[in-house]
Amino acid sequence: KEMMVREALNSALDEEMSADPKVFLMGEEVGEYQGAYKISKGLLEKYGPDRVLDTPITEAGFAGIGVGAAYHGLKPVVEFMTFNFSMQAIDHIINSAAKSNYMSAGQLSVPIVFRGPNGAAAGVGAQHSQCYAAWYAHVPGLKVLSPYSSEDARGLLKAAIRDPDPVVFLENELLYGESFPVSAEVLDSSFCVPIGKAKIEREGKDVTITAFSKMVGFALKAAEILSKEGISAEVINLRSIRPLDRATINASVRKTNRLVTVEEGFPQHGVGAEICMSVVEESFEYLDAPVERIAGADVPMPYAPNLERMAVPQVEDIVRAAKRACYRSVPLAAAA
Amino acid sequence: PLFAVTSGVVSSDKTKAASSSASNPAVTREVALELYEDMILGRAFEDMCAQMYYRGKMFGFVHLYNGQEAVSTGFIKLLNQSDKVVSTYRDHVHALSKGVPSREVMAELFGKTTGCCRGQGGSMHMFSAAHNLLGGFAFIGEGIPVATGAAFSAKYHHEVLKQSKPEGLDVTLAFFGDGTCNNGQFFECLNMAQLWKLPIIFVVENNLWAIGMSHLRATSDPEIWKKGPAFGMPGVHVDGMDVLKVREVAQEAIARARRGDGPTLVECETYRFRGHSLADPDELRKPDEKDHYSARDPIIALKKYIIEHGLASESELKSIDKKIDDVVEDAVEFADSSPLPPRSQLLENVFADPKGFGIGPDGKYRCEDPLFTQGTAQV
Repeated sequence: KEMMVREALNSALDEEMSADPKVFLMGEEVGEYQGAYKISKGLLEKYGPDRVLDTPITEAGFAGIGVGAAYHGLKPVVEFMTFNFSMQAIDHIINSAAKSNYMSAGQLSVPIVFRGPNGAAAGVGAQHSQCYAAWYAHVPGLKVLSPYSSEDARGLLKAAIRDPDPVVFLENELLYGESFPVSAEVLDSSFCVPIGKAKIEREGKDVTITAFSKMVGFALKAAEILSKEGISAEVINLRSIRPLDRATINASVRKTNRLVTVEEGFPQHGVGAEICMSVVEESFEYLDAPVERIAGADVPMPYAPNLERMAVPQVEDIVRAAKRACYRSVPLAAAA
Repeated sequence: PLFAVTSGVVSSDKTKAASSSASNPAVTREVALELYEDMILGRAFEDMCAQMYYRGKMFGFVHLYNGQEAVSTGFIKLLNQSDKVVSTYRDHVHALSKGVPSREVMAELFGKTTGCCRGQGGSMHMFSAAHNLLGGFAFIGEGIPVATGAAFSAKYHHEVLKQSKPEGLDVTLAFFGDGTCNNGQFFECLNMAQLWKLPIIFVVENNLWAIGMSHLRATSDPEIWKKGPAFGMPGVHVDGMDVLKVREVAQEAIARARRGDGPTLVECETYRFRGHSLADPDELRKPDEKDHYSARDPIIALKKYIIEHGLASESELKSIDKKIDDVVEDAVEFADSSPLPPRSQLLENVFADPKGFGIGPDGKYRCEDPLFTQGTAQV
């Protein structure tokens, strides 16, 4: 059976709202409009306007309201129409949600989920097209998840809603319409994916490729191309950006001795940088080649389609990096 | 019906304190003494904080409440335990009025493990779940949405979870200053609170100064209470140096919120007798302005009222002063002799679920490492 990511998220929300009356959804256009990307389709009809709240366009206000509601045992799911708009509310995500448990010495926990589409979209320019994984993963007190497949989307969102801590849940607009095979286990209402565990999407022995969200698909395509050229790539779907599953990443690198990190976000101080450091700290002596980092270009997202394509990682970038890591290609300067 | 009350902020010829010599007192002896004791506690506690700050016992930013006691006391003493208070960086006295013991507040300021947040919060971040004190927010406007969320929660418990209380909805008080009323989160939340009829009272402590920026220089229309009616809720201006007047306004607003009729905006015109924080040289406020307000000290005014109405004698009030001095002394001794937070505390409470620290290189959750709780394990 196949399921679209959109349906996976919708069913996860539906099941968790059905199981626990303390769970409610709030955000812009989540109710009568059925969600800007139709993730909340049908929920207003089923749960009513007390539990599916259309908010005014006031991110700082409603993100903070979510935190205050979570102080008293409710479990808010706050939708940002896109994570770009979470910039308006970042004070509440970091200062209110992430720090309250610590500042109150454990007296006030904040079981809240901030969710919405993240990462590069298409043709929307610099302000509406960027990845927040590294931003939020920097902050103690937050958990940051980023699903790729329908299995991830269902299992991680259900885990996020049940989690006692604030979770930033980074979806991808361009994946909403993609379908993935799902097992009966995934469709069961008790299905959850543990937070903090990566998934090995494809086993391999020559090079490790880490990725999350849409880039997992690109990494898998790259692995397919590489396999035709005799390179066996292991693809790790991080699923959880914070906590980061360092154990799985290092175990893989100790096996393949080569690493390529892939992300859409800006390179400096990014997810790849953190993964590279973890491998340097824990598995340095296993590395047979310099770590390769594939990331978005270090520029605001351009509008022109040809420039936009150059600003985000492409499958062929991953293939080239993997070959460099395996000493199968010309050096970087010549390839560019 | 929308209230329309003229503000004294602009004309500033309001001199009526709680000194009306009408023979019938507005409160009983018991209430008058409770209010007096709470205000004395606020004042004595903050004076002691200044001393302790200059002696190096507390650190960082310390913002004192002197002069504004009538607002905290006038509102918070009307609340039940389950009602909520959300405060700002100037939060010590709100915590005390809500019932957090002086010892715990002082120990928190000293950075001791016996503090109300075990030394993890500090001066600007007082929390007490038991007393429903929900912080302690140090950024301008930040506490208002959180308070609005707490009020939303009360309504949700009532309407969705059907956990109703016979006395009505739990009420949330959001305290903030005049400077905050120019911040967007204030307007966002006035709108949503009224839209959803939330049981909240927005209490503006208009002390006329946002650090060194005069309210009149910062705000296009300085009558803040008018912004209530603009959003469809009552807006009330009250003399914030008169605890009995504050209490009267608070009673009505709290009753309104409790019975589900929605929010109220209350502007309390008050004054801080000290600088913005203990680090503020306070050079911009004119001496005659300071004199004008110190002549209207809310504690002296209440004391006068109590004596003139025969609610208590001077010596009875003196014995309250003495009692509070002892309470504050005891709080200092308690805080001073309390232990510092142990090393193991550093990594506690980052997550409600310690698995949030993730999995270590050995494949086990880091929190399962026996060294983890001793604070020596690498995270």
